[in-house]
Amino acid sequence: MVAGTRNEEREDRLFHALADATRRDIVTRTMRAEHSITDLARDYPMSFAAVQKHIAVLERAELVTKQRRGREQLVRGNIETVRRTHALLDAFEASWRDRLGRFAQVLAADTDGRTEPSDAPTEARST
Amino acid sequence: MTVTRSTRDADARTLTVTAEFDAPPARVWNLWADPRLLERWWGPPTWPATFTEHDLRPGGRSRYVMHGPDGGTSPGWWRTVSVDPPHQFAFENGFAGPTGEPDPTMPVMMIRLAIEERAGSGTRMTVVIAFSSSADMEQVLTMGMEEGMSAAMGQMDMVL
Repeated sequence: MVAGTRNEEREDRLFHALADATRRDIVTRTMRAEHSITDLARDYPMSFAAVQKHIAVLERAELVTKQRRGREQLVRGNIETVRRTHALLDAFEASWRDRLGRFAQVLAADTDGRTEPSDAPTEARST
Repeated sequence: MTVTRSTRDADARTLTVTAEFDAPPARVWNLWADPRLLERWWGPPTWPATFTEHDLRPGGRSRYVMHGPDGGTSPGWWRTVSVDPPHQFAFENGFAGPTGEPDPTMPVMMIRLAIEERAGSGTRMTVVIAFSSSADMEQVLTMGMEEGMSAAMGQMDMVL
């Protein structure tokens, strides 16, 4: 079993972080430009503390980084992590597209060769 | 052929894949119902699946093992939730332990299949894959990196 590896815990935090619309919005905005927490807090219908909490979740998932400048905390999106997330979802989507691609091939073969018994030996598969 | 559309919904944690075929619904249905046909497409060429049990009655179980190129195996199961051949099929899909029993510590996906006759001729097939939690989704996606999805991994290397 692969469960419990460090890498997996990291991914757990990542997708949990992205499962919330406000957090996704914060990531999108801070990728375009740095924002102070105060700025961000102003734009969401929730308390400063709630926004701070969202940012903490994003920070643990390495989706944003925080940097102190004077009295301000600046938040910046982490493009590398976002790319990796996309890649995981892309891979899952691609695996289903591939699967349905194979489905179409089997369907075409099955339609062509109607006389072929459906319980043909499984060794016919590619290895 | 094939996949005409796929959409992801982050909030609903679903992936929807739609494909169209020049075959009637009954023939499309056969590829899900007949285990010998099913195992020709369920696993990738490098991880072909062998179904040892396949019961499409409500509550019925299917069991399969995917065999990897280096001797590794990845056993899995289905449980039929509802079925209306050749148009509707909903089942749970999960991971199994070495003995083939469902592994309760592993995520379960809900897969809903709709097969409709297209106006004119042919068939539209829609597959919705749903995760019950984002934690489940993460786990499946990251496991996909380690096993089973070798074809997709090639593409991922390109992205990274």
